[in-house]
Amino acid sequence: MSILINKDTKVICQGFTGKQGTFHSEQAIAYGTKMVGGVTPGRGGETHLDLPVFNTVADAVKETGATATMIYVPPPFAADAILEAAAGGIEVIVCITEGIPVLDMMKVKSALEQYENTVLIGPNCPGVITPGECKIGIMPGFIHQAGSIGVVSRSGTLTYEAVHQTTSAGLGQSTCVGIGGDPIHGMNFIDVISRFEADENTKGIIMVGEIGGTAEEEAAEYIKNNVTKPVVGYIAGVTAPPGKRMGHAGAIVSGGQGTAEAKFAALEAAGVHIVKSPTEMGAKMKEILG
Amino acid sequence: MNLHEYQAKQVFAEFGVPVPVGKPARSVTEAVNVAKELGGDCWVVKAQVHAGGRGKAGGVKLCKGIAEVEEYSNKLLGSRLVTPQTDAEGLPIEMLIVEEVKPIERELYLSVVVDRATKRIMFMASEAGGMDIEEVAEETPEKILLAAVDPSAGLQAYQSRDIAFKMGLEGKQVGQLFKVMSGLLNMFIAKDASQVEINPLIVNGDGDLIALDAKVNLDDNAAYRHPDMVAMRDPSQEDEKEYLAQQHELNYITLNGSIGCMVNGAGLAMATMDLVKLEGGFPANFLDVGGGATAERVAEAFKLILSDDKVKVVLVNIFGGIVRCNLIAEGIIEAVKEVGVNVPVVVRLEGTNADQGRKLLKESGLDIIAADDLTLAAQAAVKAAS
Repeated sequence: MSILINKDTKVICQGFTGKQGTFHSEQAIAYGTKMVGGVTPGRGGETHLDLPVFNTVADAVKETGATATMIYVPPPFAADAILEAAAGGIEVIVCITEGIPVLDMMKVKSALEQYENTVLIGPNCPGVITPGECKIGIMPGFIHQAGSIGVVSRSGTLTYEAVHQTTSAGLGQSTCVGIGGDPIHGMNFIDVISRFEADENTKGIIMVGEIGGTAEEEAAEYIKNNVTKPVVGYIAGVTAPPGKRMGHAGAIVSGGQGTAEAKFAALEAAGVHIVKSPTEMGAKMKEILG
Repeated sequence: MNLHEYQAKQVFAEFGVPVPVGKPARSVTEAVNVAKELGGDCWVVKAQVHAGGRGKAGGVKLCKGIAEVEEYSNKLLGSRLVTPQTDAEGLPIEMLIVEEVKPIERELYLSVVVDRATKRIMFMASEAGGMDIEEVAEETPEKILLAAVDPSAGLQAYQSRDIAFKMGLEGKQVGQLFKVMSGLLNMFIAKDASQVEINPLIVNGDGDLIALDAKVNLDDNAAYRHPDMVAMRDPSQEDEKEYLAQQHELNYITLNGSIGCMVNGAGLAMATMDLVKLEGGFPANFLDVGGGATAERVAEAFKLILSDDKVKVVLVNIFGGIVRCNLIAEGIIEAVKEVGVNVPVVVRLEGTNADQGRKLLKESGLDIIAADDLTLAAQAAVKAAS
């Protein structure tokens, strides 16, 4: 068991014939992901990496039965690609693209509300992986190991750190989700953690947050009331200078929340096992699970 | 990127947001000519720098008579302004704005941001203008008024009326506030702003609303579709190293410690800084070399870090995903040789081809400490710095 994706998930790639799309599709296929084709407008009917190329997502879904997509198109076209995927009937949309204007994401987020069965992961994220079964994203597959820990993180390489540590500790991962670091993004901590709570193969959850916004505080509140599995939490950015990443009016709208200290405190108050060092996430989980 | 006040006011005017009558001036002669052109016998001369708190720092002068315009322009232009929001060196004043002066009846506050929590464009207003808005939010939160904009419906007039009445505006001012807010919203969307702030938004002697100040931050991700805004960028107002870093697609922020950090990924970079602090040291910088770290970028990153003479040791932390650690190791060795690194370098490599990378570093014969894990690396760096 896992969340979101598994060995049977049929995956397409948008931006399939581009440099990034080609490279990461090859990697995904090598990992064992059930890639069934890709989309590049104007190149429908061609074959790429021994898979069919389609003009539109709707065509790809109709012909292949794909339910997941990974998006590697440049920022100016990413909003369009996400909404095309949703309209085409895709259930799990993973957008890797970094650098999408925030107002584009605001429109996308609002438009996605009409698709009840669709989730968006990202943008600006490493993607999602169920070890040994399905890899959708840019993460290095070999550091993962099928196991019992659900990992959810706002940061890319810090996710790898949590994965590496749980693999070293012999725990492995059920599914790892990089939700992305942009101010407006798809799935949040709560969306992912609620799925981990419901997944019988997930024995523990590691959440990796960072400064800015209030997503970690909201997750803390949710965990306190709804989560029975142990959660290990780490927040990056204790030493980050204030005002460099957050506009000062933005900090006020968030009610003064957003510092690493406030997030650690909220998580601790919710019963989350916090670690102050990024190197202790795996060891802490091992200690809890015994 | 940020706009200067004079640039922001030009954009305001384009979108129907009323601003004081005035013009920018690059020289004393220009400043005097603007004052003469505006007429009257009293003007305000304001230094154009990318920082708030200019008034108290002496960057805003009320001038009675042409002689004073000349005197203050001469004093301000070419000097540096130090405000509570700048570092000790301050920012260079290369441009002024000269404006007519009208009586001020009231000072209000109005800003627009993208709010993460509601995923909406959010207006924030307060009757307590002209003050530090963070203080207002902390001490008198009831004075902060909010209005979220529905992405499809846009700003509705009732939302601005609600704010207007709560701020005690009356008569024509209620309609004027809707015009100001609509203009700001149109501008926010058209120019891909991330924050727009008017502090203060004044009621003048004629009872009209005027944006006395203007602060605009734009979304860097949207720069590609706004060449007109990019042309307004003023590198003289930015940290020299941070600007240089951007040219090499490196994400760099100067800090005050002695341990230079080079990391791939923003989250891991922050985590590395935190770990350095946890081990008793302090980072000299935040530096994210990005996912596609190449030997060339690693070399540029070394140059940047070492241009800060506070740096006593460099800590490199790379988790190789797509990036292969053996290539990173080669880049580090090349950079250490080329740049002439004269401080110890501690390297932690993990991920793709990490073993090969470590081996290359150990065999290089250079003063490189290859650490086996991140905690050991941080400890080694702190030890080397002290």
